[in-house]
Amino acid sequence: MSVLAHIFEAAGIATVVLSSVREVAQKVAPPRALHCEFPLGRPLGIPNDVEFQMDVIRRAFALLNEPSGPVLVDHPVVIEADEQPVSCAIPPRFDATLPPSVDEARGLKRAYNRALERRGVTSVGRAITSDEVPNALAVLHAIANGQDWTTAEIPGGNVMALCHDIRTYYEEAALELIDGPAPGGRAMENWFFETTEAGKTVLGARTAMKDAGAKFPMWFYMAPGNR
Amino acid sequence: MNGDQMMRAHSASLPAPQFENPAWVTPVALASARVAIVTSAALYAVGDEAFSAGDTGYRLIDRDRRDLVLGHWSPNFDQMGVKMDLNVVYPIDRLEELAAQGIIGSVAPRHVSFAGNQPDDVSTIRLDTGPSAAAQLRQDGVDVVILTPV
Repeated sequence: MSVLAHIFEAAGIATVVLSSVREVAQKVAPPRALHCEFPLGRPLGIPNDVEFQMDVIRRAFALLNEPSGPVLVDHPVVIEADEQPVSCAIPPRFDATLPPSVDEARGLKRAYNRALERRGVTSVGRAITSDEVPNALAVLHAIANGQDWTTAEIPGGNVMALCHDIRTYYEEAALELIDGPAPGGRAMENWFFETTEAGKTVLGARTAMKDAGAKFPMWFYMAPGNR
Repeated sequence: MNGDQMMRAHSASLPAPQFENPAWVTPVALASARVAIVTSAALYAVGDEAFSAGDTGYRLIDRDRRDLVLGHWSPNFDQMGVKMDLNVVYPIDRLEELAAQGIIGSVAPRHVSFAGNQPDDVSTIRLDTGPSAAAQLRQDGVDVVILTPV
């Protein structure tokens, strides 16, 4: 973002950046930056909080009055990511003959469909459709339990995109299953990787592929780097 | 170290492009400025081309579109905030409100989305797609952009 600020400024457009990494804003030194120590992925801070978002924007636009730069100002509020999993009930086991994650994914389909109907848009579909999520988990389950990943016929052909679609299917479904205020940053990620069978399956397949010599980017980006 | 701390430390450790003699634009008064959003969340409108891994291009988003897909490839940030409220990444409704209040002059007809996961030198964006996107906004009479990172 700080790089793009220089580029747009050079084209004659005044810029203000909402910085998310203070050291980068310091080094790249865009003309005007408001550093926002908020959860990554939430540059305006808090979903569905109009007043807070307006406060961020007003502080950012106030930097346009500075006579010279670079200007780097901190937003006074710090928002930490939420390291607790969101409280979200998972459907009970239905078909005990299936791997747990496959059964679980099937059970979440109605919630996913409701989310899609309400929002009108989904980010599932990079490698597979939502209907293919249970089968994809069956393949990852087999890899996690010893099948050679090179012959496993991973759906969609791109395991990073596949894992994105599985996680997104779960997280979008969970939006229909939780109540109360918006969960904090990372709360959904923690729910997926720490409480769902699918999360365990993805991490298990990732470890198996790493141990079997898969190239670094292939296994590493199946999950966040700190996992 | 939690996920955000790890990503911030990693980003801070990367080499940063340097800009000698950086440009400085003295903007028109905000109340008469046309404002656009430039985000690196890899948002794109339904029906538009999806972002590929390592995509150095950009997508233009019409002012009235809200059916936006999150096309970012990194698993290392919260993806649910934007799905609960688009404005937490792409504050288009806030800009509309500010325009209605007369605090900004107008909302640009088109906004810009890049993908934040880029090669370290960002040379294509710096030399090609970045200036191209800026030229598109200049055509639309944009005076000010607010840049929102992911």
